[in-house]
Amino acid sequence: MDMQTNLLDRLFDAGLLIDTGVDGLYGRSGAFEDVIARFEALIARHAPEATAEVIRFPPGMNRAHFEGSGYMKSFPQLAGTVHSFCGCELDHVNLLQCMAEGDDWTGKQEATDVVLTPAACYPLYPTIAKRGPLPEGGGLFDLQSYCFRHEPSKDPARMQLFRMREFVRIGTPDDVMAFRSDWMERGSTLVSAVGLDVELDTANDPFFGRAGKMLGNNQREQKLKFELLIPVTSATTKTACLSFNYHQDHFGQTWGLKTVNGETAHTACVGFGLERIALALFARHGLDTADWPEPVRKALWG
Amino acid sequence: MATADTIRTILAQHGKLPVDAATLNEDSDLYAAGLSSFASVQLMLAIEEEFDIEFPENLLNRKTFSTIATIVEVVTELSKDQQAA
Repeated sequence: MDMQTNLLDRLFDAGLLIDTGVDGLYGRSGAFEDVIARFEALIARHAPEATAEVIRFPPGMNRAHFEGSGYMKSFPQLAGTVHSFCGCELDHVNLLQCMAEGDDWTGKQEATDVVLTPAACYPLYPTIAKRGPLPEGGGLFDLQSYCFRHEPSKDPARMQLFRMREFVRIGTPDDVMAFRSDWMERGSTLVSAVGLDVELDTANDPFFGRAGKMLGNNQREQKLKFELLIPVTSATTKTACLSFNYHQDHFGQTWGLKTVNGETAHTACVGFGLERIALALFARHGLDTADWPEPVRKALWG
Repeated sequence: MATADTIRTILAQHGKLPVDAATLNEDSDLYAAGLSSFASVQLMLAIEEEFDIEFPENLLNRKTFSTIATIVEVVTELSKDQQAA
């Protein structure tokens, strides 16, 4: 934890991240954002030639889609729902009084139709299912969104609000598996190009509870998730900066995604944790980008 | 006591299988028969309740729930161990 706090303090001192008083919720400086923008441009240069459909959703998603996704079965501890005041004038007066007295003022807050997006691809599947069966060859999508996970931490690599860039492939099992293995190679090449040490390993999502332990073991046994691990706050306990996920027909079944032949579509995605990659770069090459090694600067800034 | 029939009954109630659990023999691959990851978790919880046992973490995996015969074997072992404890 010391090394994590140490890096976080250094990032605050350098002005790269801005403390808001809440762990995992930070402002970003221009220099920090520039690194993310440059890295995203590098991703685009390493992406396959096939044209992905670009879609940008806001960081909130339709609550009905969130409920339908099954997220609460697996990660209830991470979800963030948006609540708003829905009371009358008298309720408003009471609210202000509670606030003034330091009492709980949230009692009259009610759930809205918006839930904070937990992963960039969650709003995609119902959107694509609504279009009807996929065209010949399936679909390829390019997404980026701020995502929320309720896990406050002093580890700068574990933010509550962070950006995820994703490519998602929807199609036959062969198509999506080929997409995933292609990206595992591209991802390693791309991260090595900016002077970071990489290690690819099988992984599991942080499913909730004992039942989650079993889901996690199943996920590992079936090699459904791989992560590209990079040192951020520690050389020994590395941080997952990219993940390569095969969802089998989970989202296809959930949303009725069909291939052109009417079969249930399979899905896979590659996700880049953009802040984690930026943090890995700052941790490895120093807090001033002007001092970064020439090959790294060239890869990012040209 | 765990028998193939008691496991089949629990499987029929919680396995959400697209096939009739009564048609499965003891060595049928339950995943091939359509047992999903989430359904295997529900099956696990239902078995724990029925036999008053707790699966240790090292048995919370796909292999444990892969066939009726394996489940009977594991549950029988756990019932013995956990009653003795």
